[in-house]
Amino acid sequence: MSTAPRVALVDGGGTNIGSVSYALERLGASTRLTDDPAEILAADRVVLPGVGAAGAGMARLRAAGLEDLLRQVQAPLLGVCLGMQLLFDRSAEDGGTPTLGLVPGEVVPIPPAPGVRVPHMGWNRLDDLVEDPLLTGITPGERAYFVHSYAAPVGPATLASTTHGTTFSAVVRSGLRWGAQFHPERSGRVGALLLRNFLLEVDR
Amino acid sequence: MSTTLARRVIPCLDVRDGRVVKGTRFRDHRDMGDIVQLATRYAAEGADELVFYDITASPQGRPVDVEWVRRVARAIDIPFCVAGGISSVDTARAVLHAGADKISVNTPATQRPELVSELAAAFGVQCVVVGVDSLRDEDDTWRIRQFTGDPEATRALPVGTLDWVRRVQELGAGEVVLNCMGSDGVRSGYDVEQLAAVRAVCDVPLVASGGAGAAEHFVEVFREADVDGALAATVFHDGSLPIPQLKRTLAAAGVEVRPPEEAA
Repeated sequence: MSTAPRVALVDGGGTNIGSVSYALERLGASTRLTDDPAEILAADRVVLPGVGAAGAGMARLRAAGLEDLLRQVQAPLLGVCLGMQLLFDRSAEDGGTPTLGLVPGEVVPIPPAPGVRVPHMGWNRLDDLVEDPLLTGITPGERAYFVHSYAAPVGPATLASTTHGTTFSAVVRSGLRWGAQFHPERSGRVGALLLRNFLLEVDR
Repeated sequence: MSTTLARRVIPCLDVRDGRVVKGTRFRDHRDMGDIVQLATRYAAEGADELVFYDITASPQGRPVDVEWVRRVARAIDIPFCVAGGISSVDTARAVLHAGADKISVNTPATQRPELVSELAAAFGVQCVVVGVDSLRDEDDTWRIRQFTGDPEATRALPVGTLDWVRRVQELGAGEVVLNCMGSDGVRSGYDVEQLAAVRAVCDVPLVASGGAGAAEHFVEVFREADVDGALAATVFHDGSLPIPQLKRTLAAAGVEVRPPEEAA
């Protein structure tokens, strides 16, 4: 891509929108925070951020008329944290929440155990990396910043995993939809690299 | 191994009028420099997270000035928490929307515990940190304190620390920072006994605060009190314990850490 990609940052009302937008700014991307369908469909890249619970997250997307729209996005799409979880078929959170269905699988609670505190909060390893343009330059064992209580079990979509009690997905992909369970906007070098790869290495 | 999660090293910075200051909370403030410069330096040195304690906000009854929160959020690429002056969902929302990852409540939670539930319902437990100031009383029981920012206003409460930690988890705290006032400022080590007792009743992440003076104190508190993070101020600000050196000492002692090389 010769010019900087136009990024639509989907305004689903989550509180990490500011941080994600600043991280993209630091990479020189031209980012628009938007809930406008035309703008989202016209973008070169679409980022779906989000923190909090799945039920509220889906309700916000529905209220903004974005649920079906996100299924129509043809450009590369990146879900971050809750945004990643919403890409799956279903989340067990809030008594069971149907989600966007863009990545096969279900999101389940992290079982607490002795020494395994929930929420999973802090810097954990990225392991079992699958070769993918999104992970270019990232070395197995490098750490990223996670904060979550639900997780996607390892499956065919998993590009990287991490271990906290169980081993679960840290990065996923299905077609042109990617997701990061951790917060790239708060994950130092690794996070910036992943976002940069999403902007520059991942082609339509 | 049940988890590969790293233990966190967390510098705490006192903020007054958008500048980092050092000194007792109300007197003798020495200007330590620009908040963004210091935050960026700590992030580059390998700090895992930062806590900003807004010392202007709370005592003057005015909410946190979100302008500096926005400046920090723009500049750094590690998570940070804002403490001080947050006593409502609206203030918390302003701080989180400005780019903070977590907000921490202390005295307001002791005055109105439902605040913790309101914050958890509005933003999710992962954003909600409860700070607990605790001191051992003469009957050997740890109890909580409020208004600890001002020594003259500090009040002892009849609430036991262990009961309070259980309670705030039920209400929706996603993390607890235990500030052991007996060891705070003394720099002779964290209160491992108290932290281990609180650890036993704390299923969410627990962060130790108060008493760090040397790398060995961090090794001790991670190993013996099994805390998830350790917070310190002076030992980092005065340069006596550089974070890369601390991380190397921890790694050599077998404590899982994020290597400082990954920060650059």
